Amino acid sequence: MEAEQSFSDICGGRLALQRRYYSPSCREFCVSCPRLSLRSLTAVTCTVWLAAYGLFTLCEKSMILSAAIFITLLGLLGYLHFVKIDQETLLIIDSLGIQMTSSYASGKESTTFIEMGKVKDLVINEAIYMQKVIYYLCILLKDPVEPHGISQVVPVFQSAKPRLDCLIEVYRSCQEILAHQKATSASP
Amino acid sequence: MVLKAFFPTCCASADSGLLVGRWVPEQSSAVVLAVVHFPFIPIQVKELLAQVQQASRVGVAVLGTWCHRRQESEESLGHFLEGLSAIFSHEPWLQLCRERGSKFWSCKATHRQVPASPGAPGQDQVMLIFYDQRKVLLSQLHPPAALPDHQAGDATASAGGLAAVFDTVARSEVLFRSDQFDEGPVRLSHWQSEGVEASILVELAKQASGPICLLLACLLSLISAASTSRVFKLWPLSFIWSKLSTCEQLRHRLGQLTLIFSTQKAENPAQLMRKANMLVSVFLDVALGLALLSWLHGKDRIGQLADALVPVADHVAEELQHLLQWLMGAPAGLKMNRALDQVLGRFFLYHIHLWISYIHLMSPFIERILWHLGLSACLGLTVALSILSDIIALLTFHIYCFYVYGARLYCMKICGLSSLWRLFRGKKWNVLRQRVDSCSYDLDQLFIGTLLFTILVFLLPTTALYYLVFTLLRLLVVTVQGLIHLLVDLVNSLPLYSLGLRLCRPYRLAAGVKFRVLEHEAGRPLRLLMQEVKVQTSRFSLTRPNAG
Repeated sequence: MEAEQSFSDICGGRLALQRRYYSPSCREFCVSCPRLSLRSLTAVTCTVWLAAYGLFTLCEKSMILSAAIFITLLGLLGYLHFVKIDQETLLIIDSLGIQMTSSYASGKESTTFIEMGKVKDLVINEAIYMQKVIYYLCILLKDPVEPHGISQVVPVFQSAKPRLDCLIEVYRSCQEILAHQKATSASP
Repeated sequence: MVLKAFFPTCCASADSGLLVGRWVPEQSSAVVLAVVHFPFIPIQVKELLAQVQQASRVGVAVLGTWCHRRQESEESLGHFLEGLSAIFSHEPWLQLCRERGSKFWSCKATHRQVPASPGAPGQDQVMLIFYDQRKVLLSQLHPPAALPDHQAGDATASAGGLAAVFDTVARSEVLFRSDQFDEGPVRLSHWQSEGVEASILVELAKQASGPICLLLACLLSLISAASTSRVFKLWPLSFIWSKLSTCEQLRHRLGQLTLIFSTQKAENPAQLMRKANMLVSVFLDVALGLALLSWLHGKDRIGQLADALVPVADHVAEELQHLLQWLMGAPAGLKMNRALDQVLGRFFLYHIHLWISYIHLMSPFIERILWHLGLSACLGLTVALSILSDIIALLTFHIYCFYVYGARLYCMKICGLSSLWRLFRGKKWNVLRQRVDSCSYDLDQLFIGTLLFTILVFLLPTTALYYLVFTLLRLLVVTVQGLIHLLVDLVNSLPLYSLGLRLCRPYRLAAGVKFRVLEHEAGRPLRLLMQEVKVQTSRFSLTRPNAG
């Protein structure tokens, strides 16, 4: 079952949340971030090239112009490959684990998988981010030494940063699976 | 809990038969290791499984049946397969079935002890996870080997989750020795059925490595025994050995070579990686050293170097003389104390004169010395670089001496100043109590003390300037030596083998696993594909020596 809804992130950009229910024990949530805007790209390119042209008029060396073109191209490629995240996916599989995938604009994907044995709970937390207070969804990991302690907090959807309404949808869905998982694992 | 069946991708196209593997009750997961094909005799299958269980301490058993329907008219096979559950009893009994021309599988798990209730979970509660056996075996994601005296199954009680799966596959190597094309009583299908991976060169190297390692280990132990003999512990030699970086580097290399060629096998994959990294770095070192050697000894470069060395030393000495003349005048517009200036300046100038005479004395022998030192490059580039660093240290010995003189003079002046300052204030340093106490001085003591204090204070700028200048020169030399040592450390500790593995065979260095959901149809079991995640290159830390 697939469903798509549109939400907004903390800065006001549009996000799309796609939910796929593969089976009662396996669900996937895909948040797609706002695309690279043409306006900001043009602005950056124009600034760099204007600065290069200014330097050229001072120094009379044509190497500066070609260097500026190179820098712009390499910078754009690097930005697309290492910085710009297109989509963030959360795949939750009952009794196996939770998997988070970030796909970059150049097609690169980076995946983290956390086994269900290590997951304590999935919660929505508040945090101070720059000048705002935002909500974020995070996974709490169990502490191997202390049974009631938490060893690590892993935030989910870090680049997309959706708002509370989107987080509540994801939270409710995941808690259904986690509750089922806890019920079956508690019984021997 | 949802029942998870880990199925190897190589068996997905195998003929129908029995599923052989291990059932992990805590995870409610069945790890399928191989498929036994028809015809088979149940007794022989049970014997083989008992043998495997004894050899590998993994609780291998028949988990269920696998049905690959290639033609439409194989209904009788289905009935036959159902009858097998009576012969090989296992709880729960798995029945995997694949239709020809359909991507979706069906999987049933029947529990004999639990009666089927109307609300019993159907096919939705079974998950099929495909895994690549070869990659899981080679990626070494399993925990390190347990102690040999553990009972079967005890060792993995502590390994939770997926580690138990990897451990099972890794320890079942015995099962993978015979496959369906062998002439044994039982025909199995697993990852080796697609072709056993082997390389003649690797096998030959493995056979030859035994005696070679023994020989080299004996040789190296002789060398290290000779190097730790009493002769080298005598005072002048031991002092020189500890100061030269070449000896340090040679000792380090000797230690590394001893470790590589030791006849002990590596206990765990981390140690094996470390050994491999060391071996590759030694090879690279020697290769670069030989390249440097051939470059040096061609076209009479040694002669050119030797001819250039003495003029360079002369030039450095001349520059130092200019510097001292500048200090003896009015450096940077500061006014120095004329008498002290002249004394110190002439003292250092005489030293430079001695040094130049010494260099000129050595000049006929320099070419031969350089030629012999150049031969040492065949031991490795790092040794050549260490020798270069030592040569620089020896050639700039006069700068080091000047620094020591300037520092000592400055240190003495500061000590004197602090002690006389205390006297000026009427205090003194109590050695017994390690603190400053008040003290009553006589008038003449105070008078002389204050006089000396003022003299020292007015002479301070001169000494301080000399100290500053020579410290900066010394820092320059130390920086150059430090850069050379950095390069040597880089060649020593770069984990080239691991980097090469990351590029060519990334599954050997897997950092974890990831899952992908395959095409799904409602009412059918969920199918997932388990793949290895590559280690990120940013995790290779170069600051750790001998990084594994």
